[in-house]
This record gives sequence, structure tokens and C-alpha cells, in this order.
Amino acid sequence: MNPEKSITEIKILQGNEAVVEGALAAGCRYFAGYPITPATEIAELMSERLPPLGGVFMQMEDEIASICAAIGAAFGGALACTASSGPGISLMQEGIGYAAETEAPIVVVNVMRGGPSTGMPTAAGQQDIIQARAGSHGDYEIIALIPSSCQEAFELTYRAFALAQHYRVPVYVLSDEIIGHTREKVRIPGGLRPIERKHPRERENYLPYKAGADDLLDGMPAFNEGYRLLIDGQLHSEDGNRAGHLPDVCAQLTERLCRKITGHREEIYDLETHFLDDAERVVVCFGSPARPALRAVKDARERGVRAGYMKIRTIWPFPEEAIAALAGKARTLIVPELNVGRVVQEVRRVTAGRTEVVSLPKLGGLLHTPDEILAELTKRRRP
Amino acid sequence: MNAIGEKYLRKTALPFLWCPGCGNGTVLGATVRAIDRLGIREDVALVGGIGCSGWIPVYIDADTLHSLHGRTLPFATGLKMSNPKRKVIVFTGDGDCLGIGGNHFIHTARRNLDITVIMVNNQIYGMTGGQVAPTTPLKAKTKTSFYGNPEDPFDACELAKAAGATYVARWTAAHALSLSRSIAEAITHEGFAFIEIITQCPTQAGRIIYGTADPARLLDMLKAQTVSVKSAPKLDAEALQGKWLIGTLHHDKGKTEFSRSYFGTAGPRGGKPAA
Repeated sequence: MNPEKSITEIKILQGNEAVVEGALAAGCRYFAGYPITPATEIAELMSERLPPLGGVFMQMEDEIASICAAIGAAFGGALACTASSGPGISLMQEGIGYAAETEAPIVVVNVMRGGPSTGMPTAAGQQDIIQARAGSHGDYEIIALIPSSCQEAFELTYRAFALAQHYRVPVYVLSDEIIGHTREKVRIPGGLRPIERKHPRERENYLPYKAGADDLLDGMPAFNEGYRLLIDGQLHSEDGNRAGHLPDVCAQLTERLCRKITGHREEIYDLETHFLDDAERVVVCFGSPARPALRAVKDARERGVRAGYMKIRTIWPFPEEAIAALAGKARTLIVPELNVGRVVQEVRRVTAGRTEVVSLPKLGGLLHTPDEILAELTKRRRP
Repeated sequence: MNAIGEKYLRKTALPFLWCPGCGNGTVLGATVRAIDRLGIREDVALVGGIGCSGWIPVYIDADTLHSLHGRTLPFATGLKMSNPKRKVIVFTGDGDCLGIGGNHFIHTARRNLDITVIMVNNQIYGMTGGQVAPTTPLKAKTKTSFYGNPEDPFDACELAKAAGATYVARWTAAHALSLSRSIAEAITHEGFAFIEIITQCPTQAGRIIYGTADPARLLDMLKAQTVSVKSAPKLDAEALQGKWLIGTLHHDKGKTEFSRSYFGTAGPRGGKPAA
């Protein structure tokens, strides 16, 4: 996209296509992937769009190779990305851990389908949200964004690249089969600038893993820029050398890898709320179910129910403070999700029994209807 | 420390974690001599796998990525394709390359991507304590082949060639000078270059398979087990039985290299240079 163009373009895009447009607008110039339903359209469109922009598309031999190639390209200097779904994302987990540990900025798009295992390749699910946070071994934190429309698929993918560069962390875009295969209007704002990677402030005595007081590293040089970098998946000292024999160094690095995300969570949060001022019953939602949830909340208010709406666009780090604050005001929080009830456990944890929390799980690949959520909003409860 | 060591070793990474008498030091020395001869230090991107030999690039003061077990070649692919001008050199072991990384190996060779793969073959999983590898001789007893290895080993060079590698060579740690020349040739070769180096492993393969932990004896045994590819045609089948052919086994300069084909006029980039 032409960054000089200041006119908003309006397109009809599939969610998977919107992800590609968001990535390209952000400056993504390397994509490695492997075909999988329902994410394949991302690879297909990348193979068409990247080469004329000077970028590289590679179809790798599997998803393990895809994520490792993306990480290699990130250290090579490119803004890099991969996309897949359930089984492929599972194969990528060792690479996710490597990226978290070496602080490689990459974007991983998971177009979630029903699981476990081969599961339901052509139907939606939200069963990979816990995997996104903790799917690789060891302690680390990542960022995960979760769109509920094609517009958000575009916007959140663009932001994913910005967050990945700023925090030097793998960032997930947790789309799903419904978003991925829905076609709707997407406004692509003019004048969007590609994300630029910050170079280190100092070249002399540069230490690749020396963090500032904010727990973040000093930019990111690429290979062959004269820094003689040492990047290692082993826990390491500030110069990159392995530190397995230094318990304090290893402990501090592990803590910093977590703290650099959780400590900045208030800068990362992105929520959309409606009708919260007087809300007694609030639907806390994310991804595809946020669509019927908004309809249900509006219908409930028409019937005189003081219903409210909170849509989470940044599922990890979890917006603890915002949800804890709801607990002081609303009597009931309703959590619709396309799994057995996973994120609701986080809502219960942060509200700590101070409010009623209702789980509204939906399995089988179908989305909640507005009426299913409305029924919960209008259900009589004992005072 | 000698002059080449002084110039090229990453001093903060020392001392070496290898056992006394290990062949990895020979491979490290041969590599930095080749880099020095070609004058390409600032252009190299080094990638190491997991295992003893994966540490070789960590000790070289250049841009180094110490990657995941078996995944050197995908990382190397990302590094190469994000800037085709860099010279990517991969250090991998026999288990890393042919076992857990076997699929990446055949596909990267098939693409004929311009990288140099140095596979150190000690015929065993050394770092984990001496378990059977895809290169362990048939019937050899290891920590996980208690009754003798029931499997035939891979011929890594034949595999590389069949998969599409365009430069294939084999040496042992007893051929340090030829090895260094070969590494320089492999780096200069435009395409997927594969060098297998059979090394002595006194601590594991030596003690467990060959009944000696003496590096000098093991090197003598390695030498006695090799036949130069040039003299092989003069020998009969009996003389070649159980011998490793050493030298340049395959050198195809005619096949189009992957990044050139990608960025070339016929590729998807339509002849535009790399970004």
C-alpha cells in the first residue's frame, strides 16, 4: 500500500485477506507458511502480494520450518510472519518458545478451528487461547490479539507488528474460521506507515541482551550490521553467552521475559466497551462471539435490562484491572466463548468471587446466536 | 593462543565445552581459516544446531544464531532469503541434521539454497551420553542399542546428492588442511553445499563403539577407514568394503540456485533486486 496515499480505501475483504493487508501495511516482507484449513488463504495471498513489494514468500516443508524461517528472517532484518491453524500452531510451539527466549519479533496468525487434534478443520473454535499464552515449555509471556471482524483483523494484525517490534516478543493474532472466511467491508486508512525497527542507540560495547529500566532491550540490530551478535536459545547473560551455571542470571532473565509484558500491560490493553455506566449484567466477550453479544446487549436494553458490553481485543496480557473494576459495579458477568469455558476462569480469578460469573461455552463449531446470549441476560435470578 | 585464534575466537564464550581430544576444534579451525582466506568475516551468518558440534559457531566471533535441535536449516533459510548477499554457514551434527532435522535437510537441499552445511558426524549422540544415531554402524552397541544397533546407518553424502545438493564432500578430522580448502570451496559454490566430516569422539563413540578413548588411535582408525575418491576407481569391491570415500563427491555448477531463481528474471520477483 502506498503510505503517501491519505485517502481511506474501502474494500470488501475476507478476514484472512484483511490479515494480509494489515501485515503488508505494517511492512511485513517475509512470510513462511504451510497450507492448512482454514488459514490457507493467507499464504495464497502472501505468495501473490509479497514478491512485487520486494518481499519473500516461502512455502516450507512444515510448520516447524515455517516459524523457524520467520525467526531467521527477523534476525536477518525483515518484519516476518507466519500463519496457520490448530495442528500447525501446535508444531510451532518450540519455535514460539525460541522466539520468546531470544526476543525475536515475529507475528503468528492462528486462524482457530475446532480441536483437539485434527478436530474440525472447517469450523471455528476458540480452544487455542490458553495454548497461545503457554503452549511452549518454560515460563515466558507473549501478546495475543483477538479480532471479531474483518476490520479488526486488519487493524490488529497491523498493531501486532508494532507490538512485536516494540516489545521484541512473538505476537499472536487469534483469528478464527468465522472471521477468516467472512467477507465484509474493511476501511484501510490512508497514510499508514510501515513499522520501523529501532536500532540500538549505541554501537560501542553493545550488549544484545542488556535491558533498560523498562525491561526492554535497546532496539534490535540485524545480522551483518557489524555487531557480531550471539543469539542463543539457552538462558544467557547480557552479552548472549550461555548462563546455565549462573542461577541468578537465569532467574533474572526468565523474570524479565515475563515482566517486560505483564509490567507494560496497561499500555498494551485494548478494550471496546458500551453501556457500562449503568450496567448490571455485562457480557465480557472476544473474537467472533463478540458479534452476537453486541446484538444481545442492545436487545436486552430495549427490554429494559441494564446490560453492558466489554469486548477484549488484547486477550494476553489479560486485562485484569478493567475486569476487576467491573466486578465492583456489575452484578453478573457473562462470558461467551467457543470452547469449554477457558477464559471465564481468568475472569473468575480476577474478580475473586466479588461478582457472579456465568460461563456460556459453545462447542461444535457454531457461533452463539444473539438469542442464546439474550436469554442469559434476561434470566431471572434470585436477588 | 595462535594468531588465527586470537583474531576469530569469541573470547567471552571460552573455555570450550568439548572433551579433550574432540574433533570439533579441528572443524572450528578449518572453518575460520577458510573464512579468513576468503575475507568474508563481516558477511557470514553462522547457525548452530543442538549437540556438541552446534557450539562451533558460538566460539566464532561473528554473527551467530545458536538455534533449536534439528532446525538449523529453516533458520538459515530465513537468514539467507532476508538478505541473499550474506554467506550462511550451518554447523550441525549427524543426529541434528539426519535424525530430528532430516526433513529440513532434504527440502533445503532440494531447493538448492545457497548455504554451506557442515555436518560433523561422530556417529553417536554425544552430548546426551552416547545413544544410537542415524549414522551409528549396524550392530554397534551404544547406550540405547544394548543388543547391537539393528538399523543400517545413513550415507549422508548420498542422501544430500539424491535430495538435490550441488556440492557434496566428505572428510575426516584427520584431514584438516583439505577440509579447510573444501569449506572455502563450499562457501564459494553457489548452491546447497554439504560437507560431512567424520570426527573422533573419544568420550562416547570412542569408548562405547571403538573400544578406545585415545584420540590419536581413533584418528588413525579414521584414516585407515577412508579411501580417496580419486583412487577409488582403481580399487576392487573388496578393497572398498566398509570404507568411506573422501574428497569432493559431487559438484554441479549447472543447477539454478534458489535465491537467484527467486529474485531472478524468471522468478516471482521478476528480476528486481533484493530489498
